[in-house]
Amino acid sequence: MNTFADNKIIEIRDLHKSFGDIKAVDGISFEVRRGELFAFLGVNGAGKSTTINMLCGQLKKDSGQILIDGEPIENSLAEIKGKIGVVFQHSVLDKALSVKDNLESRAALYGIYGNEFKKRLDELCELLELKELLRRPLGKLSGGQRRRIDVARALLHRPKILILDEPTTGLDPQTRKILWQVIEDLRKDEDMTVFLTTHYMEEAADADYVVIIDSGRISASGTPLELKNAYTGDFITLYGVDEDSVKSLGIEYEMQRDLCRLSVPNTRAATELIVAHPEIFSDYEITKGKMDDVFLAVTGKKLSDSEQRSDGGAKK
Amino acid sequence: MRSLCIFIKRNVKLFFADKGMFFTSLITPAILLVLYVTFLANVYTDSLLMALPVGFEISQELLDGFAGAQLVSSILSVSCVTVAFCSNMLMVQDKANGTVRDITVSPIKASATSIAYYVATLISALTVCLTATAICLLYVAATGWYMTALDIVLLVLDVVLLCLFGVALSSIINFFLSTQGQISAVGTLISSGYGFLCGAYMPLSQFSDGLRNAIMFLPGTYGTALVRNHAMRGVLAQMEKEGLPTEFVDSVRDNFDCTLYFFENKIDIPIMYAVIGVTVCVLVAAYVIMNIIKGRKVR
Repeated sequence: MNTFADNKIIEIRDLHKSFGDIKAVDGISFEVRRGELFAFLGVNGAGKSTTINMLCGQLKKDSGQILIDGEPIENSLAEIKGKIGVVFQHSVLDKALSVKDNLESRAALYGIYGNEFKKRLDELCELLELKELLRRPLGKLSGGQRRRIDVARALLHRPKILILDEPTTGLDPQTRKILWQVIEDLRKDEDMTVFLTTHYMEEAADADYVVIIDSGRISASGTPLELKNAYTGDFITLYGVDEDSVKSLGIEYEMQRDLCRLSVPNTRAATELIVAHPEIFSDYEITKGKMDDVFLAVTGKKLSDSEQRSDGGAKK
Repeated sequence: MRSLCIFIKRNVKLFFADKGMFFTSLITPAILLVLYVTFLANVYTDSLLMALPVGFEISQELLDGFAGAQLVSSILSVSCVTVAFCSNMLMVQDKANGTVRDITVSPIKASATSIAYYVATLISALTVCLTATAICLLYVAATGWYMTALDIVLLVLDVVLLCLFGVALSSIINFFLSTQGQISAVGTLISSGYGFLCGAYMPLSQFSDGLRNAIMFLPGTYGTALVRNHAMRGVLAQMEKEGLPTEFVDSVRDNFDCTLYFFENKIDIPIMYAVIGVTVCVLVAAYVIMNIIKGRKVR
């Protein structure tokens, strides 16, 4: 049976990185458990990409410790790199080459070639429905198709950790759904750990654990439920009521076309309110706050549309 | 090893797939061709005729052979370096478009990728330049053929040496570049400037003493002189055979860069080989050391 310590696949302890006077990462510590979906949130320049670059061995840390699968990253960098697959925010494959040539050249970087490559390619083709794309130049594919190739490239060497740096930015809902289905299947079937940065809060809401980073420091961490309970209240959505009735409750509300949203501190307060005013609460539902509300409460910042479309942080 | 070969194949394919990079590398040879067709060939043959001692004549076929050999040696000596530079731009392009991150997240060693870039550039440059050599030889055959089999072998050796030099030099320079703007700037500078520096547009003998002496410190000059010697040896030998005075033929050798002088000291062909050979070794060693240092810095 695995102990809790065995279960940690990524451990980051008091990690620091500065660029001149700018402290990009300022003493962060967190752990990621094997097989979980871990969401790493922050606005542009918060330190997400710098952390990921250090995690992948692309950037030297100033101080602190990074342990992957129990091993300090500096001890066996090559071996650790073989355990990590990365889907970059923007596709970094060769647009002039065919999909197959791209995957072949990248597989070779991990010592995968010949029959081993063919076998893995067949598996990925089935998993990501790539067969009909293999001979086409990457540059001629749609954004969604390219993303599937990016994911295939990251999975070529069967990594234990899949780092997704805003993987669904700019994708249509259907492609996002397909990608998430594939990633979910991989997590379940291969016990793969997924380290996600995203601007889509509904994706973060599905994570097992969330860390919010702001100005290089961790502002909040916990499961989505813990964060919602700690940083947002509950909402009661009331249907078929008039504004005068709601006003009589004396709490904050927002009238919409055919419903009214009431803000309450927590579920207990909601229950007490409903029990006290059964005549008003005949058709209603109670919901937790959203991850957007958590993010706003923690950082005082909103993830803007432009951030959802553009670069995800300081690329050093 | 097989991984390395696959990565080299990727680099070579990308060079030939990227029409922009490929055609940029051919700008200087194309300019040279146009210049020769329009007027340079006439300028050279006219100056040769004007320098001809009184009472001597030179056949039209020999004149054409001379101009052809001059053109071919210019094109080849320039192409070896410009093609190598443009082909090696892939290394910079990979940095500029972020592809290098996709490579460095893998366990492959930085030294292996450096070798892959070097070998791929050499393969691309040799493919283009040896093809150009074949085309040039066909052109020489059409204008006036005076070369021997040994001349051809030595010419091919010169092309290989110059390609090695071009790849090594471009590897060092490109090592420091990382943006698309730098690629354009250096690509244009090399494509347009190297032809002038190696005396492809105008023989070095036409330059001022100061400039000529400065250019003699550039190792590529010796490679160009080797190409000139082997492309023009047959024509010059034929001139002597047809009875033209040795002094006149020697002056042609001097004026058209077959003979080089380093501060009045005549440079023999073995010295030219030594200069270019040693330079290639030093540049490759420097490239390897630079990559080792860079690898240590990242770690």
